[in-house]
Amino acid sequence: MSAHGASEGPLERFAVSPTRRRRDKAARTAILAATVIALIPLVLIIYYLLRKGLGSWSVDFFTTDPTGNTFFKNSQIGGIKSAILGTLEIVALASAIAIPIGICMAIWLVEYGRQSRFANTVRFAVDVMTGVPSIIFGLFIYIALVVGTGSTYAGYKGSLALALLMLPVVIRAAEVILRLVPGELRESALALGAPRWRVTLRIVLPTALPGMLTGVLLAVARAAGETAPLLFTAGATLKTNFNVNQFTNSLPVQIYNDVISPTTSVEHRAWGAALTLVSMILLLNVLARFVSRRSRLG
Amino acid sequence: MTPEGSGQRVAEREHDARPGVGEPLAESAGLQAGGTPISSPPASGRVASSPNGANAGAVEHAPGLSITLEQLRAFYGGAESVRGLDLEFRANEVTAIIGPSGSGKSTMIRCINRMHEEIPGARAEGRVMLEGLDVYDASVDVVAVRRAIGMVFQKPNPFPTMSIFDNVAAGPRLSAGRHKDLHEAVESALRSAGLWDEVSDRLDEPGAGLSGGQQQRLCIARSLAVDPDVILMDEPCSALDPIATLRIEELIDQLKQRVTIVIVTHNMQQAGRVADRTAFMLDGRLVEVGPTKDIFTKPTDPRTEEYVTGKFG
Repeated sequence: MSAHGASEGPLERFAVSPTRRRRDKAARTAILAATVIALIPLVLIIYYLLRKGLGSWSVDFFTTDPTGNTFFKNSQIGGIKSAILGTLEIVALASAIAIPIGICMAIWLVEYGRQSRFANTVRFAVDVMTGVPSIIFGLFIYIALVVGTGSTYAGYKGSLALALLMLPVVIRAAEVILRLVPGELRESALALGAPRWRVTLRIVLPTALPGMLTGVLLAVARAAGETAPLLFTAGATLKTNFNVNQFTNSLPVQIYNDVISPTTSVEHRAWGAALTLVSMILLLNVLARFVSRRSRLG
Repeated sequence: MTPEGSGQRVAEREHDARPGVGEPLAESAGLQAGGTPISSPPASGRVASSPNGANAGAVEHAPGLSITLEQLRAFYGGAESVRGLDLEFRANEVTAIIGPSGSGKSTMIRCINRMHEEIPGARAEGRVMLEGLDVYDASVDVVAVRRAIGMVFQKPNPFPTMSIFDNVAAGPRLSAGRHKDLHEAVESALRSAGLWDEVSDRLDEPGAGLSGGQQQRLCIARSLAVDPDVILMDEPCSALDPIATLRIEELIDQLKQRVTIVIVTHNMQQAGRVADRTAFMLDGRLVEVGPTKDIFTKPTDPRTEEYVTGKFG
């Protein structure tokens, strides 16, 4: 630039060179293309879910149990009531187990364990647990509570498998948020003569609550969509069942069983169930976003 | 403990208060878990006209207590940041700590109410005497120490989830068993912090909505609400504008009637304006301490002179 700058006046050195302009354009186009490519499968999934799933939605679809009579093309195949309620039961119980334990563990890590060797070992274990494939959790419960006790499938066993899956996600999410609570707040509360447990309960937790709720809701959403941990823990059944000590149906397992069915109408039921599941998870995500907006932390 | 004079009284009081060897230290000075802080006579915290009528309507409180550091050393892991300090903060006086960054000022005052040990790997040696009581004695409850020795931090930090009222009430609420007359305690603390007239009509609004200077006075009110004997201030005005700073300085002047104040400051004019005595620290050691005027006009140590005249630091 400076080579021919002298001949074109003093402002020439401020001009963007054509080469840089071209490079900039090429880079921007490439990044945009990558974004579009990443969006294609997302859009396609939602498109097919809506196209194929909406057709099977009706009042009956949500209010009747599946009949299991799948051999005749036009027979009444029933809806997915038992699967929706079963998913709600299993996930609620799993949340009731994993969320309190997970939050307590995060509080211990941030407020008490801090950087001690044991705390860091726990963190490492939690990280490893995050990476464990979900079917392993199902298998673990299957061996421990189904085969191990000589009993059979039950809803609460599915909940336990999901709770194991949720636990590391809850711990990590809560830990990140608790760390965001400024140390000065803890210090000024301690300097007022407050014991540490009160500082945690009255100052740290209320400050972190909206953020922790967001992380927890995302963990719940993730667990709600899991199939593998439920397949051989909660089992599959047709009827609505409010006793988690028995076989309990769930949306992911219902979808799994319907998809491999040879009957077209049952396959359609799978699409409807899939759309229902995705809508439920979407609802949780929207809720999580809404809650996170109320957060007082960065 | 008569609320008159200040300097001369200290020597006698030290004699009275210092317990004999072997006596249970915490008990003798009233420092117990969940107990009342050292100087809480029955009338403490109540609005009453003072006996001589000079300050009619003022809040009557017990006077502050003296603090004496004896061979105080403070460490972060292996690094020693306070290296053997002997220093007395006289009751109901304002003592300013000046010195360049990294000289151990903040660490030193954090040792006084045992906040230093909250930092992982940090520890302190030596003695910090609150009148006759070593706050590091094994029988002393750290929570009671912090109730007796309040702290105001550099950045105004009201609790973000709490209203103005709840911020001030946080101290009595968080330290168990002192819930009586909460409204009176809050009003009294806000009045003492010179904030009452500005916030009395919006006590339910969040404390974080106040201006920086008001937030810092809210923090001072918060620390006053537990009726401490000493207040430590760690550069309390460094985040404030000059007018808000002046407000805090006036406040410090009033507060020394009822508490002993130790203030760390980088601002030497501020030390000159608020402090009765000033201590100059360098490299974790005390260089010189004396009446503020002497430190600034006729320091005995050449390093003090270089620092206060701006030759270094």
